Amino acid sequence: MQIRTDYRDRVLYMCLSGELDEHNAALARRDADRLADVHAQSERAVFDLGEVSFMDSTGIGFLIGRYKKFRCYGIPVYLTNPTLATDRILQMSGVYRLMPKI
Amino acid sequence: MENYMKLEISALSQNEGFARNAVAAFALCLNPSLTELSDVKTAVSEAVTNCIVHAYRKDKEGNKIVIECRAEEWEVGGVLHITVTDEGCGIADVRKAVEPFFTTLDEEERSGMGFTIMQTFMDGFEVDSEKDRGTKISMFRRMGQTGVLREKCEDEGKRADA
Repeated sequence: MQIRTDYRDRVLYMCLSGELDEHNAALARRDADRLADVHAQSERAVFDLGEVSFMDSTGIGFLIGRYKKFRCYGIPVYLTNPTLATDRILQMSGVYRLMPKI
Repeated sequence: MENYMKLEISALSQNEGFARNAVAAFALCLNPSLTELSDVKTAVSEAVTNCIVHAYRKDKEGNKIVIECRAEEWEVGGVLHITVTDEGCGIADVRKAVEPFFTTLDEEERSGMGFTIMQTFMDGFEVDSEKDRGTKISMFRRMGQTGVLREKCEDEGKRADA
């Protein structure tokens, strides 16, 4: 699991790539939280899920955890570009109510 | 015809990807659609993750997970039966455990959606668990029948036209 970042006009873009399961979540968690700390002045944060090739309920936990982390800094989080499989899980679990899809 | 496989793996998180991909590769004999394959991978991943995170939580060394698959091949497509078995701590209250968003590990960012995902993505799902003895998840999924349904619809369409 890798995270590429782009910071433009006070928006933090985080492009996740790889498989987001229990095994990979720990590192991704650490990296994303560090990004939140570094870019605490962001107006919003966007997770680009286009390159996430696999995600299960651990991924839902990961996203909700990051939502809480960014919320500490008052930064709303958005999700974009999920694959069909990822989209089904996100819809089913109601994650879009916390982090809207853009 | 019936096809069978049994996979025994150490209960380690690095085996999660291997387990779900091995089951997906086995399922190919049923000519599944991409959605069917991805649903099965997700369900297997949930079951295996549960073994590692919950069943063997206390004692992490030397634990095994057994995954068995039976592919019932029909004329077109078929049914994939999967069981995932551990000898871990068992589930005290299965009814509670399968509720959406229920988790015993809130502090670890667990979503509590594992069983819900298995139930939703598979056509059949059952939990058999005994405290301190272990848990067996049995599930099945019909596969590779999209073509049959399409033909049936086309047939009915033609008959309606005639």
